[in-house]
Amino acid sequence: MSLRIVVTVKYVPDATGDRHFADDLTVDRDDVDGLLSELDEYAVEQALQIAEDADDAEVTVLTVGPEDAKDALRKALSMGADKAIHVEDDDLHGTDAIGTSLVLAKAIEKAGYDLVISGMASTDGTMGVVPALLAERLGVPQVTLLSEVSVEDGTVKGRRDGDAASEQLEASLPAVVSVTDQSGEARYPSFKGIMAAKKKPVESWDLSDLDIEAEEVGLDGAYTTVDGAAERPARTAGTIVKDEGEGGKQLAEFLASQKFI
Amino acid sequence: MAEVLVYVDHVDGAVRKPTLELLTLARRIGEPVAVALGNGAADTAATLAEHGATRVLTHDAAEYADYLVVPKVDALQAAHEAVSPAAVLVPSSAEGKEIAARLALRIGSGIITDAIDLEAGDEGPVATQSVFAASFTTKSRVSKGTPVITVKPNSAAVEAAPAAGAVEALSVTFSDKATGTKVTGRTARESTGRPELTEAAIVVSGGRGVGGAENFALIEALADSLGAAVGASRAAVDAGWYPHTNQVGQTGKSVSPQLYIASGISGAIQHRAGMQTSKTIVAVNKDPEAPIFELVDYGVVGDLFDVVPQLTEEIKSRKG
Ligand SMILES: Cc1cc2nc3c(=O)[nH]c(=O)nc-3n(C[C@H](O)[C@H](O)[C@H](O)COP(=O)(O)OP(=O)(O)OC[C@H]3O[C@@H](n4cnc5c(N)ncnc54)[C@H](O)[C@@H]3O)c2cc1C
Repeated sequence: MSLRIVVTVKYVPDATGDRHFADDLTVDRDDVDGLLSELDEYAVEQALQIAEDADDAEVTVLTVGPEDAKDALRKALSMGADKAIHVEDDDLHGTDAIGTSLVLAKAIEKAGYDLVISGMASTDGTMGVVPALLAERLGVPQVTLLSEVSVEDGTVKGRRDGDAASEQLEASLPAVVSVTDQSGEARYPSFKGIMAAKKKPVESWDLSDLDIEAEEVGLDGAYTTVDGAAERPARTAGTIVKDEGEGGKQLAEFLASQKFI
Repeated sequence: MAEVLVYVDHVDGAVRKPTLELLTLARRIGEPVAVALGNGAADTAATLAEHGATRVLTHDAAEYADYLVVPKVDALQAAHEAVSPAAVLVPSSAEGKEIAARLALRIGSGIITDAIDLEAGDEGPVATQSVFAASFTTKSRVSKGTPVITVKPNSAAVEAAPAAGAVEALSVTFSDKATGTKVTGRTARESTGRPELTEAAIVVSGGRGVGGAENFALIEALADSLGAAVGASRAAVDAGWYPHTNQVGQTGKSVSPQLYIASGISGAIQHRAGMQTSKTIVAVNKDPEAPIFELVDYGVVGDLFDVVPQLTEEIKSRKG
């Protein structure tokens, strides 16, 4: 039977642009350019490699997000994924990590899966908890933050480089995996890939397709409340000197004046 | 007074500094009750008591080392049931966040990650977070269930606050999911003798401008003269000059030391995301237009191969 891989991807505001909050303190996604989160490209890449090594595999990319999030799906399809699912619903606006994991988990179950692959974190929210939440919800092993991953005979193996140690992990499928940016450079879509992506199927689901009530998600369903957001005051301009041969000594003098020496 | 659960990060009984910082924050909300798991759990009690833990719940089993994350979630959930705390605080390590998230889901609670400050509020603890590569600060709280909050290292001072620290055995029954992900091998990271990157008071980092693995000796010498940890930009890590564990930034470590010294680092947004909350920032870069200079308290425009060794010598001679 074919290996069914679902890759979760997120459409995020461009980090090099001017990111800010909307009036309701959600991330403003209307006024800024978006793209497929770079960290999810690594997940797509590993999914494609695992699929290429398997006899028979199918890679589905899944996103939850507004209309523009289709761009993220297109990018993944042009890299080589087979099909895409877009969960979109006005009631999703303001959904937090707990709610997002609910929607993703229901969609993954509906799609059918043997392996879920996520990026290590999104580049906007940066919480890095969705893969663990998915494993908890789906009731399958969590094999996360891998810098190296392989699948063979229904078993996923990988290396997790932690603070104190580097660990070799192993679990039976079905499982949820997340990969880091150390897992291997993501491929660029080829011209052929971009053309082919246009013909690949993109399914659209809403909350009712997933039997989720509006109250369970969105700002009202959120388990956390943001009471305020303030732009960090610009750092006051520091002293900048040009090295004329004494730069190191001048710097030492500054450090001494700040009691660091 | 309400109790606050504090998840203890320790290595064979040696408590890591971020946990002591959590005790400081926990005391603002209630009485800290520590949960220590795995090998050496009971040995943590004396240090935890010194810093305010009224009780220390401990449990040791092979599962904590042999399987990923879930056994610890099971234990923390047992502690949550036994204590009914006002909040659960967990250090914001990669594993800490995963444990916290799964716990939150199980107990029907919201989760806040990477708080940099915490205070008591009328509707529960209020967490300060730094977002969008630290260009914004937000105040949030958990509005459903027992707040589960992970806190970044260096978010509070370690304070002595002697308390009873009574050791109690925590009773834990592992769920059938606990053994899902097996740890089949573990290679401990070699100790460099330098402070832990995320916990260090001073971090000295090098980037592409360092120009090669062997030149990192200059960065290390400066770090050692200050008793600092060594960091690196992703460009330096990707080039293979320094290990990924030392990477500072969005996909590396997030640091918030008293002093951050960047040499040969341009200051890309993803690097800033990991160091922008440092108290004092210093940079050495030969390009006067480098964006890192927008952040600095003191910057030297110059060649790091001249400035860094001179700085190291000067520090050594001043320290005598
Ligand atoms: C999804 C994603 C995640 C990322 N995560 C991270 C991350 O976690 N951490 C990170 O650091 N980056 C990260 N990056 C990469 C980031 O965008 C930059 O590419 C990287 O930070 C650049 O490193 P650098 O400053 O060392 O190199 P460069 O940008 O090349 O800068 C080198 C600097 O050194 C100076 N220099 C050169 N020679 C000398 C000399 N002799 N003396 C003094 N100065 C000299 C130059 O003037 C220049 O400013 C990420 C990127 C993406 C897309």
